[in-house]
Amino acid sequence: MNMASAEAHVEGQQHPIGIYFKVWILLFVLSTFSYLVDFYHVEGYLRWSLILIFMLLKAGFIMAIFMHLAWERLALVFALGIPVTFLLVFIFLMTHESDYTLGLRELFFIGGGA
Amino acid sequence: MKGVVSDWSSDQRAFKGVPWGKAMMWIFLLSDTFIFSCFLISYMTVRMSSGVDWPLATELFALSFGDGEPIPMVLIAIMTFILITSSGTMAMAVRFGYQKNRKMTALLLVITAFFGATFVGMQAFEWTKLIVHDGIRPWGNPFGAAQFGAVFFMITGFHGFHVSVGVIFLLIVARKVLKGEYENGTKGFFTSRPGSYEIVETMGLYWHFVDLVWVFIFAFFYLW
Repeated sequence: MNMASAEAHVEGQQHPIGIYFKVWILLFVLSTFSYLVDFYHVEGYLRWSLILIFMLLKAGFIMAIFMHLAWERLALVFALGIPVTFLLVFIFLMTHESDYTLGLRELFFIGGGA
Repeated sequence: MKGVVSDWSSDQRAFKGVPWGKAMMWIFLLSDTFIFSCFLISYMTVRMSSGVDWPLATELFALSFGDGEPIPMVLIAIMTFILITSSGTMAMAVRFGYQKNRKMTALLLVITAFFGATFVGMQAFEWTKLIVHDGIRPWGNPFGAAQFGAVFFMITGFHGFHVSVGVIFLLIVARKVLKGEYENGTKGFFTSRPGSYEIVETMGLYWHFVDLVWVFIFAFFYLW
């Protein structure tokens, strides 16, 4: 057995099975909550913030526990996490772009033309 | 923070303790994140810039059983639970893999693949209903903004394709586990080198990613 595979064998991600069950149940509960947001027709900012909170919690638990990021070294976590934050810039840009497009559409199409 | 700097400047592997296959899978998943983000951000853009009302997902995705009242979004909720369950069984398969418990690993992988296939089947049902019954087309629909169909088919289709590919690879990995190919030095088809149970973990990363993407699709497309 060479060095690399001996090293890798020790390094494999092994965790007690109980934590997977706990996260599984947690994800079930969070999904039920987000479904109930729709079921009870929660509207407006409360709806959007609840959807976002449940979404981020679910995503966080999947990444941290199921994908083992909670136990990986920061060098990997940063390499994955930092590029993703640039998406916020993209979202910011496209939000303004859509406002502008909608404005033009309202002016020329929906408002019947200037 | 100091650890990050020394890892990255160590002149050897930056990702210490991470086998190359796993690092490559993570980098692939990062690029895949950007693909799905592009889809979801385009969806945001067309929805925000449309002067026409967006079709109501709650009513569109409602199903009624027998003569009962339609239950909003019930199929999507079941699909969500199925995918989460498959993620749970996958995580356990990874654990049993490292313990070299071949039977349990293979069994859990096959169960995961079964849930994945069920998910795709339900998606096919959903698509059929929307195309045949509701008349949704990529270029228009009777309920509102014309872009709805294009966005829906593109995003859920691409996700469903990911699930389908995952199911195929889950079955391949399950077969290799069962035959003991990660212990006896059998060379892999793609890598031409002996595999190990790390491959189950790498496979798991892909599968959890598919679940992760669904979390975002569920929130932004179905619930928003």
